[in-house]
Amino acid sequence: MASLIGYYSLIFGSCISFFIIFFSVKNFRDSLIFDTKIVNFTFLQFIFVIVSFLGLIISFVNSDFSNETVFNHSHSTKPIFYKISGTWGNHEGSLLLWLLVLTLFILLFLLKSKEQNKQYKILTLLIQQIIISGFFIFLIKTSNPFNYIFPVPEEGMGLNPILQDPALAIHPPILYLGYVGSSIIFSSALAATSLNYISIEWAKHIKQWVLISWIFLTLGILLGSIWAYYELGWGGFWFWDPVENVSLMPWLALTALLHCILVLERKLVLTSWVVILSIATFTLSMCGTFLVRSGILNSVHTFANDPKRGLFILIFLFCLIFLSLFIFIFFHKVEKKSIRNFFWLSKETSILINNWFMMYFLSVVLVGTTYPIFLEVISSDKISVGPPFYNKLIIPFLIPFLFTMAIGPKLKWIKSDLQSKTYLILFLIISFLLSVFIIKNITTSFLMNSVLLTSAFYLFFITLRDFFNKKTKNLSQNISHFGFSLLILSILFNNIFSTEVITNLKIGETYQSKNLNIYFESIDQKDKQNFKSIKGTFNIESNNGDIETLKPELRLYNQPNIVTSEADIKTNLLKDRFLTMNLVPNQEYFNIRYQIKPFMIWIWLSVLLICLGGITSLFKKKYED
Amino acid sequence: MYGRKVKLRFFFILLILITLTLSVYLILKSLEENVIYFQSPSEIKLLSEIEKKKIRVGGMVKNDSILIDTKEVKFIVTDLKNEINVIYSGVLPNLFAEGKGVVAEGYLKDRSLFLATKILAKHDENYMPPEVKAALEEK
Repeated sequence: MASLIGYYSLIFGSCISFFIIFFSVKNFRDSLIFDTKIVNFTFLQFIFVIVSFLGLIISFVNSDFSNETVFNHSHSTKPIFYKISGTWGNHEGSLLLWLLVLTLFILLFLLKSKEQNKQYKILTLLIQQIIISGFFIFLIKTSNPFNYIFPVPEEGMGLNPILQDPALAIHPPILYLGYVGSSIIFSSALAATSLNYISIEWAKHIKQWVLISWIFLTLGILLGSIWAYYELGWGGFWFWDPVENVSLMPWLALTALLHCILVLERKLVLTSWVVILSIATFTLSMCGTFLVRSGILNSVHTFANDPKRGLFILIFLFCLIFLSLFIFIFFHKVEKKSIRNFFWLSKETSILINNWFMMYFLSVVLVGTTYPIFLEVISSDKISVGPPFYNKLIIPFLIPFLFTMAIGPKLKWIKSDLQSKTYLILFLIISFLLSVFIIKNITTSFLMNSVLLTSAFYLFFITLRDFFNKKTKNLSQNISHFGFSLLILSILFNNIFSTEVITNLKIGETYQSKNLNIYFESIDQKDKQNFKSIKGTFNIESNNGDIETLKPELRLYNQPNIVTSEADIKTNLLKDRFLTMNLVPNQEYFNIRYQIKPFMIWIWLSVLLICLGGITSLFKKKYED
Repeated sequence: MYGRKVKLRFFFILLILITLTLSVYLILKSLEENVIYFQSPSEIKLLSEIEKKKIRVGGMVKNDSILIDTKEVKFIVTDLKNEINVIYSGVLPNLFAEGKGVVAEGYLKDRSLFLATKILAKHDENYMPPEVKAALEEK
């Protein structure tokens, strides 16, 4: 029943698109006043999509297995929380969620931008409606979440247990808010270009949307990363896996855009660049969906997929890119008069440098992610690009990037000099000495590590000082940059000082090394709602006599038949102790991995700080130069 | 006589060009060095020489082939035509089992022995890495 309502609601919702497009075009030509009918229709469309989405949720909650999506991804014994989150834990449901966010955002956009030009609003709405209709067709034609199966199966196939996790339950909605938020930037930038509406006022108005999607995208990536850390049991936070990369690429473009908007807010320069970045951000988000959904990617994250869907997104994507390039080339007018009052030592230059770096990082990630696909098409060689590629190309460039990040905000708009800034040099010396002191015992790549650490410390000290400096005007920028320095520092310490032990143990055995002993005491089996839990008890004795007990868990899910490991992590401010246990089928041995990861929690906290900077900026009315 | 502006613009364009060339060069060079090729046991049999480069081997874990002790795991990867012995010490993904697909990353010792440094995890029991699928289908 709920499925049926959901399905018809989806159909009605798609029909509303025609009305919206019809009335918008009419209103665009005939009248000077914005027709409120359009807002009402947009609201109606949003309601239909939300009813459809609720219909799917209810089908999941009631375990209505006559619905194909529910049958494929749910099970009656699953806890209620995961029945709900299972709604978007699959292809069809996640696309419905994507559509929901699309309609929500355009509604908010119309309500939020009352004071904007009428034509601009309507054009934005029209472009957004093209995207929305595309997704409606995509959903209804290739991935209908409400397909009916008869005879009705007794029991569902179950949700992949690895997705049955709180962090991953909220990860997709948050990430989608970021992805889809960029659609508004895309539509609005194109509308503004074709109407020649790009101005300082436009920059101020669109900045809110850039900030919102940037914050959600950052949070979404963070959640995914935390999940990978404790659920996959690899004990890292970033693997340069293609699926991670496709979320990083729009983030890099969006971050570059965010910085450019700050310039555009003051002077009418870089307009074409802002438009290109807006187009790039959304295109990359769409590409992300395409690459993840098409099954092309050679990724450890990939789920089984249907190539037809990929083809549809690919065609749709090309249409959008074509449309945007068409608008950009034929409508974009460069403001002649205001171009050349650029000076080398100014904030604009440093933001431009930031953008260069961002684009460089972006192209590295893009090449690393897509090269294997191209090579396979061309030569049928199957390859993968591993972390060394990214480390080698990105890490050296982080050094100048961090220095620019520290000094850039110190410069004034238009033109400035660096007089009476002796503390800048003082901090540099302190950072260098501190870095050398910290890693003097590390023999491998001492030079690179020490310079990198110096630049990170430098940014850290300079931003830290600015918190206590009354002259600091841009608090949000300072928080984010401080967060970034903290992030790089924690990642560095984490990489340099992590230690791990991997071994296979039977119950009652002890692993011994000169630093620690791991004693596998016992296992304890329990039956839970939809899985059998095996909890191991391990006593870890370090060489100074401290004994710590860690209890990692193995979960043997019944439907589908999958084993997952739940790491036991003891976190404190200085380090995480991380123990996972894996099952070796038909053997008495368990595969054990024990890791000591310093400053792990600071990686998460610093990303939150970076977000906090964005949030402060969003709630601050305006700041003076 | 060229004005300051033109000189500045020229310098700017030059700088952009240099940066572009440099980054393209770096990326391509690094790709060459850090790309990991995937090979099936049959392809390895046909290799003329053993390189010291990291590669990936994939196929199915042969039934009754897993041997384990405190230090390491030994097993046989097969594409149902040819097979290769793998020695590995490290984290085993939970989906690692006899009769299931597997991708191992590491170095070739000789044509019948592979020293793995990583066994790749998968998320889904229905999911078969595309290369493994292709390798199995080629038989």
